[in-house]
Amino acid sequence: MAKKVGITTNYAIAYAAKACDVDVIAAYPITPQTAVVEKLSEFVANGELDAEYVPVESEHSALSACIGASVAGARAFTATSSQGLALMHEILHIASGMRLPIVMSIANRSLSAPISIWADQSDVMNARDAGWILFFASSAQEAYDQVILGYKICEHPDVLLPALVNYDGYILSHTVEPVVLEDDEEVRRFVPKNTQRLKLDVDNPMTFGPVGPPDWYYEFKYQQVLAMEKAKEVILRAFDEFEKAFGRKYVPLEGYRVEDAEVVVATSGSFVGTAMYVVDKLREKGFKVGLLKVTVLRPFFADLAKKLLAGKKVVGAIDRAISFGAPMGGPLAMELASAFYNEPERPLIADYIMGIGQRDVKPEDIEYAFKKMLEYAKTGKVEKPVEYVGVRV
Amino acid sequence: MSLPGAKDVPIGAVITTPGSSLRYKTGGWRVFKPVINHEKCVGCRTCFLLCPDAAVEEVEEGGKRKYVVNYEYCKGCGICAAECPVKAIEMVEEVK
Repeated sequence: MAKKVGITTNYAIAYAAKACDVDVIAAYPITPQTAVVEKLSEFVANGELDAEYVPVESEHSALSACIGASVAGARAFTATSSQGLALMHEILHIASGMRLPIVMSIANRSLSAPISIWADQSDVMNARDAGWILFFASSAQEAYDQVILGYKICEHPDVLLPALVNYDGYILSHTVEPVVLEDDEEVRRFVPKNTQRLKLDVDNPMTFGPVGPPDWYYEFKYQQVLAMEKAKEVILRAFDEFEKAFGRKYVPLEGYRVEDAEVVVATSGSFVGTAMYVVDKLREKGFKVGLLKVTVLRPFFADLAKKLLAGKKVVGAIDRAISFGAPMGGPLAMELASAFYNEPERPLIADYIMGIGQRDVKPEDIEYAFKKMLEYAKTGKVEKPVEYVGVRV
Repeated sequence: MSLPGAKDVPIGAVITTPGSSLRYKTGGWRVFKPVINHEKCVGCRTCFLLCPDAAVEEVEEGGKRKYVVNYEYCKGCGICAAECPVKAIEMVEEVK
Protein backbone atom coordinates (compact mmCIF):
# COMPACT_ATOMS: atom_id res chain seq x y z
CA MET A 1 0.00 0.00 0.00
CA ALA A 2 1.13 3.53 -0.72
CA LYS A 3 2.31 5.41 2.32
CA LYS A 4 3.41 8.94 3.03
CA VAL A 5 6.75 9.25 4.80
CA GLY A 6 9.26 11.93 5.64
CA ILE A 7 12.54 11.18 3.83
CA THR A 8 15.36 12.92 1.99
CA THR A 9 15.48 13.01 -1.78
CA ASN A 10 18.46 10.65 -1.66
CA TYR A 11 16.32 8.08 0.15
CA ALA A 12 13.36 8.76 -2.14
CA ILE A 13 15.58 7.85 -5.10
CA ALA A 14 16.68 4.62 -3.41
CA TYR A 15 13.06 3.69 -2.65
CA ALA A 16 12.13 4.37 -6.27
CA ALA A 17 14.93 2.14 -7.59
CA LYS A 18 13.75 -0.59 -5.21
CA ALA A 19 10.16 -0.14 -6.33
CA CYS A 20 11.32 -0.55 -9.94
CA ASP A 21 12.90 -3.89 -8.94
CA VAL A 22 16.25 -3.01 -10.49
CA ASP A 23 18.40 -6.06 -11.22
CA VAL A 24 21.87 -4.55 -10.99
CA ILE A 25 23.21 -1.61 -9.01
CA ALA A 26 26.82 -0.65 -9.64
CA ALA A 27 27.89 2.14 -7.39
CA TYR A 28 30.70 4.24 -6.11
CA PRO A 29 30.02 6.69 -3.29
CA ILE A 30 30.30 10.43 -3.81
CA THR A 31 28.95 13.35 -1.84
CA PRO A 32 26.10 14.38 -1.88
CA GLN A 33 24.73 11.26 -3.56
CA THR A 34 26.22 8.62 -1.22
CA ALA A 35 23.07 8.01 0.79
CA VAL A 36 21.30 6.72 -2.34
CA VAL A 37 23.66 3.82 -2.89
CA GLU A 38 24.09 3.29 0.86
CA LYS A 39 20.34 2.80 1.23
CA LEU A 40 20.23 0.51 -1.79
CA SER A 41 23.04 -1.61 -0.36
CA GLU A 42 20.91 -1.98 2.78
CA PHE A 43 17.91 -3.08 0.74
CA VAL A 44 20.01 -5.70 -1.01
CA ALA A 45 21.72 -6.87 2.20
CA ASN A 46 18.38 -7.13 4.01
CA GLY A 47 16.84 -9.11 1.20
CA GLU A 48 14.27 -6.40 0.51
CA LEU A 49 15.58 -6.06 -3.02
CA ASP A 50 16.70 -8.98 -5.13
CA ALA A 51 19.52 -7.31 -7.04
CA GLU A 52 23.18 -7.72 -7.80
CA TYR A 53 25.04 -4.98 -5.94
CA VAL A 54 28.44 -4.29 -7.49
CA PRO A 55 30.71 -2.04 -5.41
CA VAL A 56 33.22 -0.81 -7.96
CA GLU A 57 36.47 1.15 -7.74
CA SER A 58 35.35 4.25 -9.65
CA GLU A 59 32.40 5.89 -11.34
CA HIS A 60 33.92 5.02 -14.69
CA SER A 61 33.57 1.38 -13.68
CA ALA A 62 30.13 1.92 -12.13
CA LEU A 63 28.61 2.99 -15.41
CA SER A 64 30.64 0.41 -17.32
CA ALA A 65 29.22 -2.32 -15.09
CA CYS A 66 25.72 -0.95 -15.67
CA ILE A 67 26.35 -1.12 -19.40
CA GLY A 68 27.41 -4.74 -19.15
CA ALA A 69 24.34 -5.53 -17.07
CA SER A 70 22.03 -3.65 -19.40
CA VAL A 71 23.44 -5.38 -22.47
CA ALA A 72 22.68 -8.67 -20.73
CA GLY A 73 19.06 -7.52 -20.40
CA ALA A 74 19.10 -6.39 -16.78
CA ARG A 75 17.44 -3.26 -15.44
CA ALA A 76 20.48 -1.32 -14.23
CA PHE A 77 20.75 1.64 -11.87
CA THR A 78 23.50 3.88 -10.61
CA ALA A 79 23.86 7.26 -8.97
CA THR A 80 26.55 9.90 -8.86
CA SER A 81 27.42 13.58 -8.53
CA SER A 82 29.88 16.13 -9.88
CA GLN A 83 33.38 14.65 -10.38
CA GLY A 84 31.83 11.21 -10.53
CA LEU A 85 29.69 12.19 -13.50
CA ALA A 86 32.71 13.85 -15.06
CA LEU A 87 34.72 10.64 -14.66
CA MET A 88 31.88 8.73 -16.32
CA HIS A 89 31.82 11.12 -19.24
CA GLU A 90 33.17 8.85 -21.99
CA ILE A 91 30.94 6.03 -20.78
CA LEU A 92 27.86 8.28 -20.91
CA HIS A 93 28.19 8.35 -24.69
CA ILE A 94 28.69 4.59 -24.85
CA ALA A 95 25.46 3.96 -22.89
CA SER A 96 23.44 6.21 -25.18
CA GLY A 97 25.20 5.06 -28.36
CA MET A 98 24.50 1.43 -27.45
CA ARG A 99 20.92 2.48 -26.67
CA LEU A 100 20.82 1.07 -23.15
CA PRO A 101 17.89 2.10 -20.91
CA ILE A 102 19.95 2.77 -17.79
CA VAL A 103 18.57 5.21 -15.22
CA MET A 104 21.03 7.22 -13.15
CA SER A 105 20.30 9.79 -10.50
CA ILE A 106 22.48 12.84 -10.04
CA ALA A 107 22.59 14.85 -6.85
CA ASN A 108 23.77 17.94 -8.72
CA ARG A 109 27.04 19.34 -7.41
CA SER A 110 29.52 21.87 -8.74
CA LEU A 111 32.79 20.84 -10.38
CA SER A 112 36.34 21.36 -9.14
CA ALA A 113 38.43 23.57 -9.13
CA PRO A 114 38.24 24.99 -6.57
CA ILE A 115 36.96 21.90 -4.79
CA SER A 116 33.31 22.30 -3.99
CA ILE A 117 30.97 19.64 -2.67
CA TRP A 118 28.01 22.02 -2.90
CA ALA A 119 25.10 22.31 -5.28
CA ASP A 120 24.95 23.62 -8.80
CA GLN A 121 24.11 22.12 -12.17
CA SER A 122 27.50 22.36 -13.86
CA ASP A 123 27.91 18.57 -13.62
CA VAL A 124 24.82 17.71 -15.66
CA MET A 125 25.15 20.64 -18.04
CA ASN A 126 28.56 19.28 -19.00
CA ALA A 127 26.81 16.02 -19.86
CA ARG A 128 23.93 17.69 -21.69
CA ASP A 129 25.01 16.51 -25.14
CA ALA A 130 25.76 12.92 -24.13
CA GLY A 131 22.47 11.65 -25.58
CA TRP A 132 20.70 10.97 -22.29
CA ILE A 133 17.16 12.04 -21.46
CA LEU A 134 17.41 14.72 -18.78
CA PHE A 135 14.85 15.07 -16.01
CA PHE A 136 15.00 17.74 -13.31
CA ALA A 137 13.21 17.29 -10.00
CA SER A 138 12.20 20.18 -7.81
CA SER A 139 11.12 18.03 -4.85
CA ALA A 140 11.79 14.64 -3.30
CA GLN A 141 8.47 13.38 -4.64
CA GLU A 142 9.33 14.42 -8.16
CA ALA A 143 12.69 12.70 -7.92
CA TYR A 144 11.00 9.48 -6.76
CA ASP A 145 8.47 9.70 -9.58
CA GLN A 146 11.08 10.50 -12.22
CA VAL A 147 13.07 7.34 -11.51
CA ILE A 148 9.91 5.31 -12.12
CA LEU A 149 9.03 7.37 -15.18
CA GLY A 150 12.63 7.03 -16.29
CA TYR A 151 12.40 3.26 -16.70
CA LYS A 152 8.95 3.56 -18.24
CA ILE A 153 10.23 5.93 -20.91
CA CYS A 154 13.76 4.60 -21.43
CA GLU A 155 12.75 0.98 -21.91
CA HIS A 156 10.05 1.85 -24.42
CA PRO A 157 11.00 0.07 -27.69
CA ASP A 158 10.78 3.37 -29.60
CA VAL A 159 13.17 5.11 -27.20
CA LEU A 160 15.82 2.83 -25.66
CA LEU A 161 17.89 5.69 -24.32
CA PRO A 162 19.38 6.19 -20.86
CA ALA A 163 18.10 8.90 -18.51
CA LEU A 164 19.48 11.13 -15.79
CA VAL A 165 17.28 12.20 -12.90
CA ASN A 166 18.70 15.46 -11.55
CA TYR A 167 18.09 17.02 -8.15
CA ASP A 168 20.11 19.72 -6.43
CA GLY A 169 22.70 18.49 -3.96
CA TYR A 170 21.95 19.18 -0.29
CA ILE A 171 19.06 21.55 -0.95
CA LEU A 172 17.12 18.53 -2.19
CA SER A 173 19.41 15.57 -1.59
CA HIS A 174 19.67 16.06 2.17
CA THR A 175 16.36 17.73 2.95
CA VAL A 176 13.59 15.68 4.52
CA GLU A 177 10.29 16.15 2.71
CA PRO A 178 6.97 14.32 2.69
CA VAL A 179 7.02 11.68 -0.03
CA VAL A 180 4.31 9.26 -1.09
CA LEU A 181 5.99 5.89 -1.58
CA GLU A 182 3.77 3.91 -3.88
CA ASP A 183 3.16 0.23 -3.37
CA ASP A 184 6.13 -1.62 -4.90
CA GLU A 185 3.85 -4.10 -6.65
CA GLU A 186 1.87 -1.29 -8.23
CA VAL A 187 5.04 0.42 -9.40
CA ARG A 188 6.19 -2.86 -10.93
CA ARG A 189 2.89 -3.19 -12.75
CA PHE A 190 3.38 0.34 -14.07
CA VAL A 191 6.94 -0.34 -15.25
CA PRO A 192 7.10 -3.95 -16.46
CA LYS A 193 10.59 -4.83 -17.67
CA ASN A 194 11.13 -4.72 -21.40
CA THR A 195 12.69 -8.10 -22.04
CA GLN A 196 12.21 -7.95 -25.80
CA ARG A 197 15.17 -5.75 -26.63
CA LEU A 198 18.35 -7.11 -28.21
CA LYS A 199 20.58 -8.54 -25.51
CA LEU A 200 23.51 -10.85 -24.87
CA ASP A 201 22.38 -14.44 -25.10
CA VAL A 202 24.63 -17.50 -25.33
CA ASP A 203 22.07 -19.29 -27.47
CA ASN A 204 21.77 -16.39 -29.89
CA PRO A 205 25.16 -14.69 -30.08
CA MET A 206 25.40 -11.09 -31.22
CA THR A 207 28.00 -8.34 -31.22
CA PHE A 208 27.43 -5.22 -29.10
CA GLY A 209 29.55 -2.11 -29.32
CA PRO A 210 31.41 -2.81 -32.58
CA VAL A 211 33.47 -0.35 -34.62
CA GLY A 212 31.48 2.17 -36.65
CA PRO A 213 33.62 3.11 -39.62
CA PRO A 214 32.89 6.32 -41.58
CA ASP A 215 30.37 4.59 -43.85
CA TRP A 216 28.30 3.37 -40.86
CA TYR A 217 28.81 5.60 -37.77
CA TYR A 218 26.62 8.52 -38.89
CA GLU A 219 23.52 6.29 -39.32
CA PHE A 220 23.72 5.17 -35.69
CA LYS A 221 24.05 8.75 -34.48
CA TYR A 222 21.03 9.63 -36.62
CA GLN A 223 19.13 6.77 -34.93
CA GLN A 224 19.78 8.58 -31.64
CA VAL A 225 18.38 11.79 -33.15
CA LEU A 226 15.22 9.90 -34.13
CA ALA A 227 14.97 8.25 -30.70
CA MET A 228 15.16 11.62 -28.91
CA GLU A 229 12.42 12.95 -31.17
CA LYS A 230 10.30 9.85 -30.58
CA ALA A 231 10.94 10.16 -26.84
CA LYS A 232 8.79 13.30 -26.81
CA GLU A 233 5.60 11.36 -27.56
CA VAL A 234 6.60 8.56 -25.23
CA ILE A 235 7.28 11.02 -22.40
CA LEU A 236 3.89 12.68 -22.82
CA ARG A 237 2.14 9.30 -22.86
CA ALA A 238 4.09 8.07 -19.83
CA PHE A 239 3.25 11.24 -17.88
CA ASP A 240 -0.38 10.73 -18.76
CA GLU A 241 -0.39 7.08 -17.67
CA PHE A 242 1.48 8.04 -14.51
CA GLU A 243 -1.20 10.53 -13.60
CA LYS A 244 -3.86 7.89 -14.13
CA ALA A 245 -1.98 5.35 -12.02
CA PHE A 246 -0.72 7.54 -9.18
CA GLY A 247 -2.54 10.86 -9.48
CA ARG A 248 0.46 13.15 -9.85
CA LYS A 249 0.55 15.22 -13.01
CA TYR A 250 3.74 16.14 -14.84
CA VAL A 251 4.47 18.11 -17.98
CA PRO A 252 7.90 18.51 -19.58
CA LEU A 253 7.70 22.30 -19.37
CA GLU A 254 5.14 23.66 -16.98
CA GLY A 255 3.77 27.16 -16.91
CA TYR A 256 2.92 28.77 -13.59
CA ARG A 257 0.77 31.92 -13.89
CA VAL A 258 2.03 32.44 -17.44
CA GLU A 259 -1.30 33.03 -19.24
CA ASP A 260 -1.45 36.79 -18.81
CA ALA A 261 2.19 37.31 -17.80
CA GLU A 262 4.33 39.94 -19.49
CA VAL A 263 7.58 38.44 -18.35
CA VAL A 264 8.32 34.80 -17.55
CA VAL A 265 11.35 33.27 -15.98
CA ALA A 266 12.40 29.69 -16.71
CA THR A 267 14.25 27.59 -14.20
CA SER A 268 14.60 24.09 -12.77
CA GLY A 269 15.38 22.15 -9.61
CA SER A 270 15.15 23.69 -6.18
CA PHE A 271 14.87 27.23 -7.64
CA VAL A 272 11.35 26.38 -8.76
CA GLY A 273 9.79 26.55 -5.32
CA THR A 274 11.46 29.86 -4.50
CA ALA A 275 10.51 31.30 -7.88
CA MET A 276 6.83 30.30 -7.39
CA TYR A 277 6.85 32.10 -4.06
CA VAL A 278 8.31 35.20 -5.72
CA VAL A 279 5.79 35.04 -8.58
CA ASP A 280 2.93 34.96 -6.05
CA LYS A 281 4.42 37.84 -4.09
CA LEU A 282 4.91 40.01 -7.16
CA ARG A 283 1.46 39.13 -8.47
CA GLU A 284 -0.01 40.44 -5.22
CA LYS A 285 1.69 43.72 -6.00
CA GLY A 286 0.17 43.72 -9.48
CA PHE A 287 3.20 42.69 -11.52
CA LYS A 288 2.39 40.37 -14.40
CA VAL A 289 5.03 37.73 -13.93
CA GLY A 290 5.10 33.99 -14.48
CA LEU A 291 7.32 30.95 -14.25
CA LEU A 292 8.31 28.17 -16.63
CA LYS A 293 9.36 25.07 -14.75
CA VAL A 294 11.71 22.84 -16.68
CA THR A 295 11.13 19.19 -15.85
CA VAL A 296 12.56 17.73 -19.06
CA LEU A 297 15.54 19.45 -20.69
CA ARG A 298 16.44 16.69 -23.18
CA PRO A 299 14.59 16.23 -25.40
CA PHE A 300 13.77 19.93 -25.30
CA PHE A 301 10.08 20.53 -25.95
CA ALA A 302 10.67 23.67 -28.05
CA ASP A 303 7.12 23.77 -29.45
CA LEU A 304 5.66 23.61 -25.97
CA ALA A 305 8.02 26.36 -24.81
CA LYS A 306 6.98 28.55 -27.71
CA LYS A 307 3.30 27.89 -27.05
CA LEU A 308 3.56 28.70 -23.35
CA LEU A 309 5.71 31.77 -23.90
CA ALA A 310 4.02 33.16 -27.03
CA GLY A 311 3.49 36.91 -26.85
CA LYS A 312 5.66 37.45 -23.77
CA LYS A 313 7.75 40.58 -23.84
CA VAL A 314 10.71 39.21 -21.92
CA VAL A 315 11.67 35.65 -21.11
CA GLY A 316 14.42 35.06 -18.62
CA ALA A 317 16.36 32.06 -17.50
CA ILE A 318 17.74 31.44 -14.06
CA ASP A 319 20.73 29.25 -14.74
CA ARG A 320 22.62 27.32 -12.12
CA ALA A 321 25.59 26.64 -14.41
CA ILE A 322 27.92 28.77 -16.47
CA SER A 323 28.88 28.17 -20.09
CA PHE A 324 32.13 30.07 -20.10
CA GLY A 325 32.53 32.34 -23.10
CA ALA A 326 29.11 31.46 -24.56
CA PRO A 327 26.78 34.02 -26.21
CA MET A 328 24.47 33.76 -23.17
CA GLY A 329 25.74 33.01 -19.68
CA GLY A 330 24.08 29.66 -19.09
CA PRO A 331 22.63 26.67 -20.90
CA LEU A 332 18.94 27.28 -20.21
CA ALA A 333 19.03 30.79 -21.68
CA MET A 334 20.65 29.41 -24.81
CA GLU A 335 17.93 26.74 -25.16
CA LEU A 336 15.26 29.41 -25.00
CA ALA A 337 17.06 31.78 -27.35
CA SER A 338 17.59 29.08 -29.96
CA ALA A 339 14.00 27.81 -29.62
CA PHE A 340 12.69 31.26 -30.48
CA TYR A 341 15.28 32.48 -32.98
CA ASN A 342 13.36 31.62 -36.17
CA GLU A 343 10.04 32.93 -34.91
CA PRO A 344 8.86 36.19 -36.48
CA GLU A 345 7.72 37.40 -33.07
CA ARG A 346 9.94 36.51 -30.23
CA PRO A 347 10.56 37.66 -26.70
CA LEU A 348 13.67 39.44 -25.49
CA ILE A 349 15.87 37.04 -23.56
CA ALA A 350 17.82 37.72 -20.38
CA ASP A 351 19.89 35.34 -18.34
CA TYR A 352 20.47 35.34 -14.59
CA ILE A 353 23.20 33.13 -13.21
CA MET A 354 22.63 32.23 -9.57
CA GLY A 355 23.47 29.69 -6.93
CA ILE A 356 26.87 28.74 -8.34
CA GLY A 357 28.66 26.44 -5.89
CA GLN A 358 25.52 26.69 -3.72
CA ARG A 359 25.78 30.44 -3.20
CA ASP A 360 22.55 31.22 -1.33
CA VAL A 361 19.66 32.26 -3.55
CA LYS A 362 17.08 34.29 -1.70
CA PRO A 363 13.66 35.35 -2.92
CA GLU A 364 15.12 38.87 -3.31
CA ASP A 365 17.57 37.57 -5.92
CA ILE A 366 14.77 36.15 -8.03
CA GLU A 367 12.73 39.28 -7.43
CA TYR A 368 15.69 41.29 -8.72
CA ALA A 369 15.65 39.24 -11.95
CA PHE A 370 11.92 39.86 -12.40
CA LYS A 371 12.34 43.60 -11.73
CA LYS A 372 15.04 43.86 -14.38
CA MET A 373 12.91 41.92 -16.86
CA LEU A 374 9.91 44.15 -16.18
CA GLU A 375 12.14 47.13 -16.85
CA TYR A 376 13.27 45.61 -20.17
CA ALA A 377 9.64 44.91 -21.04
CA LYS A 378 8.92 48.61 -20.61
CA THR A 379 11.94 49.90 -22.54
CA GLY A 380 11.96 47.15 -25.14
CA LYS A 381 15.68 46.73 -24.71
CA VAL A 382 17.75 44.23 -22.74
CA GLU A 383 20.37 46.32 -21.06
CA LYS A 384 22.28 43.37 -19.60
CA PRO A 385 21.68 40.05 -21.41
CA VAL A 386 23.57 38.14 -18.72
CA GLU A 387 23.88 38.97 -15.05
CA TYR A 388 25.86 37.09 -12.47
CA VAL A 389 23.59 37.60 -9.47
CA GLY A 390 25.08 37.40 -6.01
CA VAL A 391 28.75 37.35 -6.97
CA ARG A 392 31.26 39.76 -5.42
CA VAL A 393 32.88 41.59 -8.31
CA MET B 1 27.14 -0.38 -53.34
CA SER B 2 24.21 1.14 -51.48
CA LEU B 3 24.24 0.60 -47.74
CA PRO B 4 21.09 0.45 -45.57
CA GLY B 5 19.82 3.60 -43.86
CA ALA B 6 19.43 4.43 -40.18
CA LYS B 7 15.90 2.96 -40.05
CA ASP B 8 16.96 -0.34 -41.62
CA VAL B 9 19.83 -1.36 -39.36
CA PRO B 10 19.55 -2.77 -35.82
CA ILE B 11 19.56 0.00 -33.25
CA GLY B 12 22.68 0.73 -31.28
CA ALA B 13 24.90 -0.83 -33.96
CA VAL B 14 24.20 -4.36 -32.71
CA ILE B 15 25.46 -6.98 -35.13
CA THR B 16 22.79 -9.64 -34.98
CA THR B 17 24.48 -12.25 -37.20
CA PRO B 18 27.34 -14.11 -35.57
CA GLY B 19 30.44 -14.64 -37.65
CA SER B 20 29.50 -11.86 -40.03
CA SER B 21 32.96 -10.32 -39.83
CA LEU B 22 33.93 -12.93 -42.45
CA ARG B 23 32.00 -10.75 -44.88
CA TYR B 24 34.27 -7.87 -44.13
CA LYS B 25 37.21 -8.48 -46.41
CA THR B 26 40.27 -6.56 -45.32
CA GLY B 27 42.69 -7.70 -48.02
CA GLY B 28 42.27 -4.38 -49.77
CA TRP B 29 44.18 -2.67 -46.95
CA ARG B 30 47.38 -4.40 -48.00
CA VAL B 31 50.42 -2.67 -49.49
CA PHE B 32 52.87 -5.58 -49.20
CA LYS B 33 51.78 -9.19 -49.44
CA PRO B 34 53.50 -12.13 -47.77
CA VAL B 35 54.66 -14.82 -50.19
CA ILE B 36 55.64 -18.15 -48.63
CA ASN B 37 58.48 -20.11 -50.13
CA HIS B 38 57.31 -23.67 -49.53
CA GLU B 39 60.76 -25.06 -50.37
CA LYS B 40 62.25 -23.22 -47.42
CA CYS B 41 59.27 -23.66 -45.05
CA VAL B 42 59.92 -26.14 -42.24
CA GLY B 43 56.29 -26.25 -41.09
CA CYS B 44 57.01 -24.76 -37.65
CA ARG B 45 53.58 -23.08 -37.47
CA THR B 46 54.92 -19.73 -36.22
CA CYS B 47 53.18 -17.70 -38.96
CA PHE B 48 49.92 -19.58 -38.41
CA LEU B 49 50.02 -18.92 -34.65
CA LEU B 50 51.09 -15.29 -34.79
CA CYS B 51 48.91 -13.96 -37.62
CA PRO B 52 46.66 -11.39 -35.88
CA ASP B 53 43.93 -11.91 -38.48
CA ALA B 54 44.05 -15.71 -38.65
CA ALA B 55 44.77 -15.19 -42.34
CA VAL B 56 47.42 -17.91 -42.47
CA GLU B 57 45.69 -21.20 -43.05
CA GLU B 58 46.98 -24.68 -42.33
CA VAL B 59 46.27 -27.22 -45.04
CA GLU B 60 47.22 -30.85 -45.61
CA GLU B 61 49.01 -31.65 -48.81
CA GLY B 62 50.38 -35.12 -49.47
CA GLY B 63 50.39 -35.96 -45.77
CA LYS B 64 52.42 -32.80 -45.06
CA ARG B 65 51.37 -29.62 -43.32
CA LYS B 66 51.44 -26.61 -45.58
CA TYR B 67 50.72 -22.95 -44.84
CA VAL B 68 48.89 -20.67 -47.24
CA VAL B 69 47.90 -17.04 -46.92
CA ASN B 70 44.26 -16.07 -47.35
CA TYR B 71 44.68 -12.84 -49.28
CA GLU B 72 41.04 -11.87 -48.83
CA TYR B 73 41.78 -11.07 -45.20
CA CYS B 74 45.56 -10.61 -44.93
CA LYS B 75 46.21 -6.91 -44.23
CA GLY B 76 49.89 -7.21 -45.03
CA CYS B 77 51.17 -6.41 -41.56
CA GLY B 78 54.32 -8.46 -42.12
CA ILE B 79 54.45 -10.12 -38.70
CA CYS B 80 54.72 -13.57 -40.34
CA ALA B 81 57.68 -12.51 -42.45
CA ALA B 82 59.40 -10.84 -39.50
CA GLU B 83 58.94 -13.86 -37.23
CA CYS B 84 59.63 -16.73 -39.67
CA PRO B 85 62.73 -18.44 -38.23
CA VAL B 86 63.95 -19.66 -41.64
CA LYS B 87 63.11 -16.48 -43.57
CA ALA B 88 60.74 -18.37 -45.84
CA ILE B 89 58.29 -15.46 -46.15
CA GLU B 90 58.97 -12.47 -48.34
CA MET B 91 56.92 -9.25 -48.36
CA VAL B 92 56.26 -8.33 -51.98
CA GLU B 93 54.81 -4.98 -52.96
CA GLU B 94 51.29 -5.24 -54.38
CA VAL B 95 51.03 -4.09 -57.96
CA LYS B 96 47.50 -3.25 -59.04
